[in-house]
Amino acid sequence: MLAFAIRRLIQAVTVMLVVALISFVMFRFVGDPVNQLVGVDTSPEEREALRQALGLNDPMPAQLWRFIVNAAQFNFGISYQFKQPVSDLILSRLPATLELAFVSAFFALAIGIPLGIYTGLRRNSWVSRTILAVSLIGVSLPTFLIGILLIFIVSVNLGWLPSFGRGETVRIGSWTTGFLTKSGWMSLILPSITLGMFQMTLIMRLVRGEMLEVLRTDYIKFARARGLSARAINFGHALKNTLVPVITITGLQVGAIIAFSIITETVFQWPGMGLLFLQAVQNVDIPIMAAYLMLIAFLFVMINFIVDLLYVSVDPRIRIDGRA
Amino acid sequence: MTMGATRPLRRWLGAAVLAASVAASAFGAHAQEGKTLRFAFQGTLNALDPYTLNETFSLGMFGNVFEGLTKRDKDLKIIPGLAESWETVDPLTWRFNLRKGVKFANGNDFTADDVIFSAERVRADGSDLRTRIPADSEWIKIDDHTVEVKLKSPNPILNYEWDTWYMMDKEWAEAEGAVNPISAKDTNPGPRAFKANGTGPFVIESHEPGVKTVFKKNPAWWGTVEHNLDQAIFTPISADGTRVAALLAGDVDLVDPVPVQDIPRVNGDPNTEAMVGPELRVIHLGYNQIRDELATSDVKGKNPFRDANVRKAIYQAIDIEAIKERVMRGLSTPVPLLIANEQFSMSGDFKRWPFDPEASKKLLADAGYPDGFSFTMDCPNDRYVNDESICQAAVSMLAKVNLKVTLNAQPKAQYFAKVLAPGGYDTDFYLLGWTPGSFDSWNVLTNLAGCRDATGKGGPFNLGGYCNKDVDALAAQILVESDIAKRDQLIKQAYTILTEETSHIPLHQQNLVWGKRKNIDIVQRPDNQILLYWAKVN
Repeated sequence: MLAFAIRRLIQAVTVMLVVALISFVMFRFVGDPVNQLVGVDTSPEEREALRQALGLNDPMPAQLWRFIVNAAQFNFGISYQFKQPVSDLILSRLPATLELAFVSAFFALAIGIPLGIYTGLRRNSWVSRTILAVSLIGVSLPTFLIGILLIFIVSVNLGWLPSFGRGETVRIGSWTTGFLTKSGWMSLILPSITLGMFQMTLIMRLVRGEMLEVLRTDYIKFARARGLSARAINFGHALKNTLVPVITITGLQVGAIIAFSIITETVFQWPGMGLLFLQAVQNVDIPIMAAYLMLIAFLFVMINFIVDLLYVSVDPRIRIDGRA
Repeated sequence: MTMGATRPLRRWLGAAVLAASVAASAFGAHAQEGKTLRFAFQGTLNALDPYTLNETFSLGMFGNVFEGLTKRDKDLKIIPGLAESWETVDPLTWRFNLRKGVKFANGNDFTADDVIFSAERVRADGSDLRTRIPADSEWIKIDDHTVEVKLKSPNPILNYEWDTWYMMDKEWAEAEGAVNPISAKDTNPGPRAFKANGTGPFVIESHEPGVKTVFKKNPAWWGTVEHNLDQAIFTPISADGTRVAALLAGDVDLVDPVPVQDIPRVNGDPNTEAMVGPELRVIHLGYNQIRDELATSDVKGKNPFRDANVRKAIYQAIDIEAIKERVMRGLSTPVPLLIANEQFSMSGDFKRWPFDPEASKKLLADAGYPDGFSFTMDCPNDRYVNDESICQAAVSMLAKVNLKVTLNAQPKAQYFAKVLAPGGYDTDFYLLGWTPGSFDSWNVLTNLAGCRDATGKGGPFNLGGYCNKDVDALAAQILVESDIAKRDQLIKQAYTILTEETSHIPLHQQNLVWGKRKNIDIVQRPDNQILLYWAKVN
């Protein structure tokens, strides 16, 4: 078990190093940050001095090494644009992204599971067919289109909900929350639906598929034969057994929601990490881009690491293979 | 099991909603107090040091909080600001009489010491506004409210850019450790980057870069209040669709810019309207004339763009009216010069070369290219209004005179990295926009048309390296000539040479398009500054 964990840990570190290397290679093609830092009248000599001071003239391996050494100490440098330490910027934007991800995941589960159960149990009713057809649209429309459509229908035409931003936020220590104000909640609705739409349909289809599978198994037939109520069979026996893969998928999807909130945050001008990253790309703010990519890589590596360990403790076969 | 788990959650949600409604009513009462203008712009406001970045939007925003010795009125005329009046004692000496009774937001008095301090600070290492005052000028305090400036050479346009050179408080800067300007390369400026202490009509109450900035009315301001705001809230919204939707939904009162294709939508809504006006920026095309052989052309051994007739042929192949109608949807003003019509008194004496594909073909044939030739055009795709579409239109127009142009359109970050000095001016044919910060032709003649070397010295934004010693000589005269009429004549001579030689292809001034709710009154100046002190919420 320990050997397995260590081996996995080494792999995780390798993945992080590769991500750092690839992102550094990419930064050579994103453009010249100096142009975004000074006005048009600034002379070429001053621009050159700036490049020198920012270390942009150093050879790539030197820049990469400096970055890795600093990143290992959670020091990602200072944002070119904002003149603030990147770690502070990311921490100040983290609450917005996490709250959005949390509500989106909640929305995806709270809607996805009941719909999945319903369409699994009544798979031939026209309601189920309609839900499945509509969910297909939800899964195939790109996020930005869903977001813009929601904004135009709900905010512009109906005027029910705010079209952008987080509303009023309340500061609790270093955490800002939109959960304590009415405008904060109102602002959360549209972005959460947009961000959670894909996961919602995914979970719905997963639950439906698992339900159909489980309902065919022998122990459900025996339960029916024992004369248990439909409610007890469906929810007590069938649903419980479908939830294992749902929990696994949900865990992995939380990572995806945080990482891929970039589009949703941009469409709704949601002041989270994704928006910060996109602004950084436009302005060639390399310290922010590097930190964000590393953070997301770290997130995924950690999730996978934990999932692997869980599998090992759950499934003895992997343990035996691992030893071999 | 799952059903049970949601029950405490639901209870918790109920409590949260209750708390939320209590909090909301508290906020609601707070918002009732006064008039608020909520506005959105595509870019962000970053550090609050007014000497860090020479960029229109930031400087315009600072203009609500800080003030310069001069200001510009609604028609961009220079008017007194923190200097009540000024005189030129002799061509090398200017005297400024400062306004009395002006206080900074922290209560300190504005005096000659602050002017001397600001003059030192704006020229210090790290300032991006160093060109605001001559590096070798000498600033002398005569008394608390009089300052004299000694120049090494006459400068008729000394104070042309001073409306965006803002006066800072000496004592405040010393107390905050902000004596030196925060430069673009400053690695850890700390909290001083996010504090502002000016004399202007507003103060910054809170500032979260990239998220939200709140301006509050400065009750102690010395001037006559023309706005009726108590506060203004700025949010950057980078996505075009979201920005327009926020305006239509009534979540903001003013947005800048509105994409041209969304103007009908904004005007179609009973509560909103688009504000359209000319912008000072002039979009132009340029040819590489410094290379001995173009990098991307099938003409080898020589550079066809060195031939003025070839340049004129390309100019005459471009149908500027079609670009105006089709690409810009009528929202552009074609120009004959590299400067906006408003910015040069004699611009009316100039005309564009007429659009004439036949003349163009003949010029090309006479120059030895009867079958045309090929080259690559570099173009940004996210910098100017419809920049990529303009380039696509130009490429297809040039195809009609047998010029085979390949378009290389890139985001501004990559584009400028390639075509400016750090990229070695790597372009054969390009599109660029230019606004002279001084509102004056000397800036255009040196930046866009001055002879330059490989590093850009002499004409840093003359990407194509056009060079005519006569133009350089005229520019040198223009710089020191203090008789306005004589000076304008010299400028006219320089522009005549540029036009005769077709140094560049001036295209048009793009239009500014703001969207606003109908209950908002605001002044839209061609320099695209958002000035809250002329805003009214009705």
